[in-house]
Amino acid sequence: MPGVLFFAFFAVVPMGLAFYLSFTSWDGLGDPTPVGLDNWRKLIDDDRMVQSLWLTVLLTAASWVFQTVIALLLGVWAAGRQRNRAVLSAIFFVPFLLSSTAIALLFYALLDPNFGIIRENILGSSSGAFLAIVFVGGWQFIPFHTLIYQGGARQIPEVLYQAAAIDGAGRYRQFFSITLPQLRHTVTTSTVLMVVGSLTYFETVLILTKGGPGTDTAILPYLMYEAGFKSYDFGYASAIASFLVLVATGLSLILVRLTGFGGMRSTREGM
Amino acid sequence: MSRDTLPRPGSRLRPEKTEEPATRTQPSPRRQHWTKRPNPLAGLGSVIWLAIVIVPIYAMLSASLTSQDKALTGNPLNPPTSPTLDNYNLVLHSGFGHLLSNTAIVAVAVVAIVLGLSVPLAYVAVRTRNRWSGLAFRLFLLGVAIPAQAVVVPLYLLIAKLDLYDSLLAVILPTAAFAMPVSVLVLVGTLRDVSEELYEAMALDGASPQRMLFQLAIPMAKGGISTVVIYAALQAWNGFLFPLIFTQSDEPRVLTLGLFNYVSQFGVNIPALLASVVLSGVPIFAVYLVARRALVGGLMGVGGK
Repeated sequence: MPGVLFFAFFAVVPMGLAFYLSFTSWDGLGDPTPVGLDNWRKLIDDDRMVQSLWLTVLLTAASWVFQTVIALLLGVWAAGRQRNRAVLSAIFFVPFLLSSTAIALLFYALLDPNFGIIRENILGSSSGAFLAIVFVGGWQFIPFHTLIYQGGARQIPEVLYQAAAIDGAGRYRQFFSITLPQLRHTVTTSTVLMVVGSLTYFETVLILTKGGPGTDTAILPYLMYEAGFKSYDFGYASAIASFLVLVATGLSLILVRLTGFGGMRSTREGM
Repeated sequence: MSRDTLPRPGSRLRPEKTEEPATRTQPSPRRQHWTKRPNPLAGLGSVIWLAIVIVPIYAMLSASLTSQDKALTGNPLNPPTSPTLDNYNLVLHSGFGHLLSNTAIVAVAVVAIVLGLSVPLAYVAVRTRNRWSGLAFRLFLLGVAIPAQAVVVPLYLLIAKLDLYDSLLAVILPTAAFAMPVSVLVLVGTLRDVSEELYEAMALDGASPQRMLFQLAIPMAKGGISTVVIYAALQAWNGFLFPLIFTQSDEPRVLTLGLFNYVSQFGVNIPALLASVVLSGVPIFAVYLVARRALVGGLMGVGGK
């Protein structure tokens, strides 16, 4: 199966190689020389690393809350089929058509203190820069997640709502007792995509804040990029990358546990 | 098609289906919303979000039509007083066409590689049930979680050793590889829905596995295939990290990287920068207008349920 070999060569082998390189010193030109645990020791002692890990987790969590709440509400609302909703959903979708780079540049311009909408140096303050990244990420990806929730909400059987209406449940009661529980697998899918996706905020960070002010928005992938392709310390960059894989895998394992994604049986509970 | 495109990890490669097709309720195409009364709160919320979506886009369009000196004094929210296309001219004369054609080449190549490799792979994963195909499928499940950033350093080493550094192939190959896991999962999901009887009927007629692939599986999996095409093309369109690290010169530069370089090239000429952002969005917006249904449906498929 050439497909497996191709994928293995460009994705799985490099992952093993990254782990190997994390035990070497390599400047990108000569050959890597083994240095044992040096890079990992440096990783543990690096204060920026701790800050970066915390930032990565915080950014993921903040993005999740922001995107899930809005995408869920918009998606459920858009699942109805009136004409104006269809038109609005079409407009809602537009940001997703721009590439992350284009979106980061757009907000780079709009947040520019000399040019932008708000003439304040938002990106110069650390909380402002952080919130800007959360917002820009949301602006880009909420359309996509809205689409997922819209699809999920349309799959909920109508009879459940009819039965609830007969029992006298109001709209909000229906939302919390039927819509939310029925959508929980959609929430899981969307969450997994968001968590994996929040690691790709690299572009946004690189363009919008360059990790700054100081190192206040330097998330793990950005730190890795700086160590490798700015300081040419590829051994250390590989250690950060390996650590990133550990964090990503850990996060997904926790998610799977918490949500029972592995079980996935009772999608149709209450039928 | 949005329901079963992503296979459930719990039910992978099990011969019997976990769900009877009959229990799947398809909503009637013109189904009414469950509450007929208007919902003022939700309506208000959606209008607010509409503003959040539209205002930046409007500001971008308006600023890209403003000359640079005017842009620095006026607010981008005001409509341009004397619209000019100078910024667009500037961008179009800074090698934009070259960037666009490179990106198109990458997108087409990535889609071709992903389809060529993942369709047969998904077919084999669904049709044969030995240890190897199961193992291969598990490998792809794992692959969904590998962040591209994590392997970029060793990939850089590989690309350099393969003598591909600073070529379009250096962008195409890894991008295709990273689009494969989701593509395989989506395709396995759709191919699994092709009923066993159809294969048996064809086998009785003496059809070879190749023939079954081309005359049964592929036509039946059209939905999944179009999802994969859209997904892979978007990945290629959006890709930034691989071009940033594996290319250097003007020759193999793609659109995203070109935009990034415009920041230093145009310096403080923000209107020109925004014009380039607008131009970069035009091709895919055109695709969106023509193929909205397929695009949106396809992406719902990526999300699955």
